[in-house]
Amino acid sequence: MAKGMLVDLTKCMGCRGCQVACKQWNQLPAEKTTWQGTYENPPDISPNTYTKVRFVEGNHKEQFFWRFYKTQCKHCLEPACVSACLVKAMEKKPGGPVTYNEHRCMGCRYCMIACPFNTPKFEYDKAIPRIRKCQFCFDRQEMGRLPACAQTCPAGTLKFGERDELLDIAKGRIYKEPNKYVHHIYGEHEAGGTSWLYISDIPFEKLGFPTNIGTAPYPGLTKDFLYAVPIIFIAVPSLLLAISYIKNRRNEDKVESKEGK
Amino acid sequence: MSENISIPAQAEVKGLGEFIRFMISELKPRGKVFTPFNIISGAIILLGIVLIIYRFAKGLGAVTNLSQDYPWGLWIGFDVVTGVAFAGGAYTLTCMVYIFGAKKYSPIIRATVLSGFLAYAFYAGALLLDLGRPWNIINPIIGNAFGLSSVLFLVAWHFMLYMITELVEFSPAIAEWLGWKRLRKFLMGLTLGAVIFGITLSILHQSGLGALYLLAKGKIHPLWYSEFIPLLFFVSSIFAGVSLVIFEGTISHRVFKDLINPNLHASYEKIVAGLGKIALGAMFVYLFLKILVFIHGKNWEYISSPMGYWYLVEILGFVLLPLIIYIAGVKGGSIGLIRAASIITIVGIIINRLNISIIAYKWDAPIRYFPSWIEIEITLAVICAEIWAFRWVIKRMPVLNERSDYKWMH
Repeated sequence: MAKGMLVDLTKCMGCRGCQVACKQWNQLPAEKTTWQGTYENPPDISPNTYTKVRFVEGNHKEQFFWRFYKTQCKHCLEPACVSACLVKAMEKKPGGPVTYNEHRCMGCRYCMIACPFNTPKFEYDKAIPRIRKCQFCFDRQEMGRLPACAQTCPAGTLKFGERDELLDIAKGRIYKEPNKYVHHIYGEHEAGGTSWLYISDIPFEKLGFPTNIGTAPYPGLTKDFLYAVPIIFIAVPSLLLAISYIKNRRNEDKVESKEGK
Repeated sequence: MSENISIPAQAEVKGLGEFIRFMISELKPRGKVFTPFNIISGAIILLGIVLIIYRFAKGLGAVTNLSQDYPWGLWIGFDVVTGVAFAGGAYTLTCMVYIFGAKKYSPIIRATVLSGFLAYAFYAGALLLDLGRPWNIINPIIGNAFGLSSVLFLVAWHFMLYMITELVEFSPAIAEWLGWKRLRKFLMGLTLGAVIFGITLSILHQSGLGALYLLAKGKIHPLWYSEFIPLLFFVSSIFAGVSLVIFEGTISHRVFKDLINPNLHASYEKIVAGLGKIALGAMFVYLFLKILVFIHGKNWEYISSPMGYWYLVEILGFVLLPLIIYIAGVKGGSIGLIRAASIITIVGIIINRLNISIIAYKWDAPIRYFPSWIEIEITLAVICAEIWAFRWVIKRMPVLNERSDYKWMH
């Protein structure tokens, strides 16, 4: 069964322990950064930062809010990056994780163009670069352990489990406290559904979640074109052959009729 | 065509020793070496080679302005996406000559196929510079990792197959150059098959280049993003290619004046007028499609914004305007107008392809991409190298003229 992660934003206290745990498990070096004017650091996910907690301030229902939410690869059920990859370096594992294999990758960066969440990052500063992204700790999952971020989360924000069960839990929480939660599970349907699910007490667009993604799976965008390929491959050559045959026949006829006179 | 206007027949190059001697003599430059063009383009190519070595030693970040927001820049948007559109003349003209039997284009067919082949070899070859791990480029061809659901997989295969196809289409000229009669006969027999295969491949990969951007939904401005991008790319590659043939012919006829068959000189105006007709036909269809997509997409609301004005510049200034000039040129039989239209069309295609790949891509990003001087320099070096290769072949092989023993310019 497919695993997933439920993120309950109402529980997050912004400790960024997940960020540190992720760096430790994946042995990612620290980044030199400068003061950005927020508690967030570094400015975005990067080749050396697979996950990052965003700090958002704003107003909702005429009340000030300060919320924190973790960003990383959402591990789509039907990932755009996997459909874009021409060498199967990006793969969707049956258990949920979308993984990357550098030994196949040719570094074309089409996955970066395709990803609606702008997740894959590229090592521009290296002579032998790789794509880098959260791989849902598939190595830990294979050992039967929790992903590093979920293991470390002290607030109970991150809940790892079967995606179906997590959806039930999320719906249960919203049902129990309908006035607290927004009636939307981000990731249930976004881009055809993602392994990571978010519930929140602040509308997702106010938090800066991408809301223009739609619910259709991304690979469907190129499906029609790819279906047309074999049809064109059969129809066009036969059509061209027929035209050239008719044209040549006509030329021969002309020659013959001239000779006949 | 009489004997005296053709290139004299050449003896067959026999044996390995003679072949090597022949190649060495052919590799030597013909004509004046230190012309202003050679000095400038030579310097650009030399600097380009140095910078390419630097790029592979230090990585893409050291030479380009590419970023996590803009993974594809000038080398993809201009060299590959735009360059391949301009190579569309080859499949359009081979279709006219070999399928529809429009023999009047025969005299320019070899030059067109040659420039098409070189465009793929150099511009698609420039893709290697942009790949982070270029040695893995063989993975989609051999190996166990076929990403069959990827449009890029299709485009990569079609690039490769189409380059082989164009080489086959051009190969009789190489056989004539070497005086290999029997091989030439065999290769001539492959032409029709190669042409049909090549047209099919071209339809698919010209549209496929557009289909790549279907996945960038939400990242490309709605005025440029639609599910019709593949069709628009295909139709525009017809008039892009034909316009480039017109433009290239204008230059070739000055630079290679002495190499051109006099009969071609005589029939050249007719050919250009015919090319103008093809271009305007395709442009008319394209403009119609563009209007259809615009209305279908309910895009009025975007027009009164900076991107909207830019869209209008592209459509009115670089599609409608050259279309009108083409019509005026074809109706009035004015070569000058057709040439002017072809130049505006070429600029328009560059604008259109850069719009989709760079300018309208993440148009609202806080930090926009602009190519670094090294990206531009290396692109110029690739263009100069292609011109050198084109000139080398033109001056040696029967491309603009036929040899007295092989007639192909019917």
